[in-house]
Amino acid sequence: MGIGKTSSKNVFVMGLVLLILILLAAAPLYASIYTVILLTSVLMYVIIAVSWTLFSGPTGYISLASAAFFGAGIYTSAILGNTLPLPLVIVLGGLISFCLALLVGALTLRLKGIYFVMFTFGLVELLLHFIMWWEVNITGTTGRVVPPVANTTVFYIMLMILVILLLTALFIRRSRYGLALQSIGENEEAASHSGVHVTALKIIIYAVSAFFMGAAGAVMATRWTYIDPTIAFNPLISFMPVLMAIFGGIQPLYGPIIGAGIFTYLEQFLITRFPYYYMLIFGIFMLVAILYMPEGLVGLAQRIWKKSSGKKHADT
Amino acid sequence: MIVTILNVVIAGLLLGGIYAVTAVGLSLQYGVARVLNIAHGEFIMLGAFITWSAFTLLGINPLVSLAICGPILFAVGYILYRTLFTRLRISSPTPGAFEGNSMLACFGLLFIIQNVAILIWGADIKGYTYLTSSVDFWGAKFSANRLITLGFALVICLLFYLFLAGTRLGKAIRAAAQDPDTAGLMGVKINQVLALCFGFGAMMAGLGGALISMCYEIQPTMGLEYTMIALIVMVLGGLGSIPGSFIGGLILGLVGSIVTYVEPGLSLVAYYVIFMLLLLAKPTGILGK
Repeated sequence: MGIGKTSSKNVFVMGLVLLILILLAAAPLYASIYTVILLTSVLMYVIIAVSWTLFSGPTGYISLASAAFFGAGIYTSAILGNTLPLPLVIVLGGLISFCLALLVGALTLRLKGIYFVMFTFGLVELLLHFIMWWEVNITGTTGRVVPPVANTTVFYIMLMILVILLLTALFIRRSRYGLALQSIGENEEAASHSGVHVTALKIIIYAVSAFFMGAAGAVMATRWTYIDPTIAFNPLISFMPVLMAIFGGIQPLYGPIIGAGIFTYLEQFLITRFPYYYMLIFGIFMLVAILYMPEGLVGLAQRIWKKSSGKKHADT
Repeated sequence: MIVTILNVVIAGLLLGGIYAVTAVGLSLQYGVARVLNIAHGEFIMLGAFITWSAFTLLGINPLVSLAICGPILFAVGYILYRTLFTRLRISSPTPGAFEGNSMLACFGLLFIIQNVAILIWGADIKGYTYLTSSVDFWGAKFSANRLITLGFALVICLLFYLFLAGTRLGKAIRAAAQDPDTAGLMGVKINQVLALCFGFGAMMAGLGGALISMCYEIQPTMGLEYTMIALIVMVLGGLGSIPGSFIGGLILGLVGSIVTYVEPGLSLVAYYVIFMLLLLAKPTGILGK
């Protein structure tokens, strides 16, 4: 593949992304309020899935702590939402998740593979049960009310977080840190021998990805208006980004975006049409995705593309 | 004072027996078949609901139901491995990729099994009473069903251990656990053995579920909690170690009982704290290699 071809492809992709962003930004002008709310949940899942892929994609560490970071953001919003202005609450929500991820990252340095997966999921359950116990026994109240914010405001903030996240992800991929992350995923020991600060890099990127999840959580709390530990630390938030990213395809940046978009739309569609079968259909979808599309939708599309374009050229 | 200690210890062992049975099943599935079965709790739930249905609809004694649940869940697990997981194992490029993919497939299974159960049995909490007369232990009182549960849990684990240690198939399973490729070269029918292991794991979950239904209330969404406990016990005992899982189950049961005595409501929190400290300090567990 020539260099000229890639750059023209890049220009095309950039143009497409800009167009989509403009269409999205103008959505509240032409779309119904229902569409805007739906788009807000799509954006929320896209943010979580892209942040998850930011760390777990290149390194291969499957983190199931997304719900913990997201929930930390939600609780920040619930506790400080009444006293502090919204932008500050969102940044604080992100920062608290950031610090939590720094701590988790520093603790789990030595854990690899399945141990890391279990630790991160354990964290979600630990926070959930601890806060539940705390609310029942210490404060005596379960659940909190979050001051509501207008739907379009929530939508624009989500969109802004997504744009910042995409720019960050792009920056990391293009920089030497992206390459270093990739090398950690391929062979951690070799990476560390080639001069990559494996530990520091892993922790920082993990914390950055947690920042965006926390910020998204802080915004989303204002839309939900009522939260309790089981809503804030819903284990589904941990599993969904993994599935979305794998469904869409982990490699390219747009893979998780496509996966999250389709999954969220599917979720809304199934909930309204088949409320009793929704999770069942969802499970079947997951199995099919894992069995038949190991490289995700993007991988599948590329395979079909290769097959059809391969036929046009000579069989060598 | 002594009565209180006795109370706490025996309650812990009663709880631990159930934990041990379910963790041994998970340990077998992960240690040999390399599937981290997140849907393990759903198999436990199935066992519990089959027993509940057999008791309330047909009046079958829950202890007799053990002989029904075991084979049914064994068949479910075996068929799942032969179809789903064998396919994944062949298509995954590395063992590591298989671990990741099979775990995600288990999430899919979790949703499917849980929601099929809700469609069949409804989402409500269910329960039945069986042998609730109390038995006296030097002043500490326990209901008979819980003591029977412990007895059966111990017997099931012991039988299973003897099966692994003493039979040809058990030897093949242990060989496959150590090195599946070499075991295959030595004439072990590896796909068959792995599928049997997954089936036995599901069977243990089913038996555990049947025992649970005798003592506790059950509902279709109960699975994840039991999965997490089985996971903690498995790590506590050492990944893949069957005796380790057994001992780990009893230890965790004791911890749960002590914490519940001191501050009820914190037992799950205590489990996760132990779990995370353990992962940090000694991820290989007490009997791990």
